[in-house]
Amino acid sequence: MPKIKRTPLFPLHEALNARCVDFGGWEMPIQYDGVIAEHQAVRNAAGVFDISHMGEIMVVGAHAEDFLELTLTNRASDLTVGDAQYSLLCNSQGGVVDDLYVYRIAQEVFLLIVNASRVDNDFCLLQKLVVDLEKDPAVNVVNESDDLAAIAVQGPNVSLFIDNVFTLKGLINVDKPTDLTKNQIDVFIYEDTNVYVANTGYTGEAGFELVAPNKVITQLWDRIFDLGKNYGVKPAGLGARDTLRLEMGYPLYGNELNENVTPLEAGLGYFIDLEKPFQGRQKLVSQQNNGLKRKNLGFVMTSKSPPPRKGYSVYIDGDQVGAVSSGTQSPSLGKGMGMAFIDMPYALVGKEVEIQIRDRYYPAVLSKKPMYKKDD
Amino acid sequence: MTKIPEELNYTKSHEWVSVHDGTAIVGITDHAQSELTDIVYVELPEVGRTYASGEQCAVVESVKTASDIYAPLGGEVLAVNEDLGTTPGLVNEDPYKSGWFFKIKLSGEPDLSDLLNALSYSSEIGEG
Repeated sequence: MPKIKRTPLFPLHEALNARCVDFGGWEMPIQYDGVIAEHQAVRNAAGVFDISHMGEIMVVGAHAEDFLELTLTNRASDLTVGDAQYSLLCNSQGGVVDDLYVYRIAQEVFLLIVNASRVDNDFCLLQKLVVDLEKDPAVNVVNESDDLAAIAVQGPNVSLFIDNVFTLKGLINVDKPTDLTKNQIDVFIYEDTNVYVANTGYTGEAGFELVAPNKVITQLWDRIFDLGKNYGVKPAGLGARDTLRLEMGYPLYGNELNENVTPLEAGLGYFIDLEKPFQGRQKLVSQQNNGLKRKNLGFVMTSKSPPPRKGYSVYIDGDQVGAVSSGTQSPSLGKGMGMAFIDMPYALVGKEVEIQIRDRYYPAVLSKKPMYKKDD
Repeated sequence: MTKIPEELNYTKSHEWVSVHDGTAIVGITDHAQSELTDIVYVELPEVGRTYASGEQCAVVESVKTASDIYAPLGGEVLAVNEDLGTTPGLVNEDPYKSGWFFKIKLSGEPDLSDLLNALSYSSEIGEG
């Protein structure tokens, strides 16, 4: 086993008495005060997550756009400088190698933010594709994960203090972070260091993700807590990150996504452009034409039940029709909910199903994503 | 440090038991609730059912995990704490009083020799 890694913020988590777990090879805080309190802080005020475990891969060069267009499912060519999009990297069989965010930092520079557990796979595959697609040396793929750290600052109160973190204007498009529109990124100077600030997140709340060199991340974290102290800002761990993303129906690699699941099966068709060539396209076109065998949908429990969890079986009239990919007791809805892979032809919103929890069956209804909407 | 009342007996699987006149009340310890964190569901045993000592008889679920609860002593379930159905968080707030799980009528003379006293339990969980 490789040695478990720690982010530069680990000493702060220890000082805050966080409970830590191994996540994707990293010792990460799962919670500080409690998952529910941290979840509510993000929904109602502000929460700060250490996401330094996530990987950062730079794709640089005259053919960088062209390369990503041929590699990822979404259209990198739609991005102007300062824009970002969600995208997927597939294997040749259309299975998901990783889900990621693509940020266009400059005309010939793209930043990919990838899952911690997938950095090495992604990096190897991208390097191989550079050679296969004969883009070498016009494209250079660089793994900067070891040098960069990141934090996510999420919640309705974040816009009240985030601009005060920086004193100078952004270097790309905007004057201050709150000028960024959804999926926009800019570069701000902090302590003579470039910090990427993006209007993106994994919680369904307004907020920002900040990517910065390891050496300034602790100062940046402290500064955010200092500025946010009157706005209910709390540190939030991976436990709350999971319940928040789950209420939104956002996929988690390893649960909704893996190398044997296609993006269409995962319900991510919106992020695939089948009109252009990309790695794994052929399989997706064939699924599109011949129909899927299963699809991932949301579900909500319709009576009191134990929390649904990954691996539980889903039934209709006594026949197993699927399995839960992620589930929890939703702190916002006050009931069980999650996502499940459901066989065709049963994968229909509104379909009533039963979920087996130990030796009992509990009713649930298949639902659109997100399962939680603000002001519901 | 978590609370470990002197007058109770304990198991290595973190149940507490209060034995009185041939009956026993069972719950989980302060240490257990603090390790589990936010408890969102408690599946209680059926009233009238008989369990052997050490038999799995209930489940407590936090946001992250489901954990089995074992009968510390054998006997028939006389009552369960219905309040946990609507307010499972009572286990976090008050594990030794309003957060109790169930009450059993002991099958015979209680054999407390397999149970821990407060002192042994505190060293068991590293708080001794």
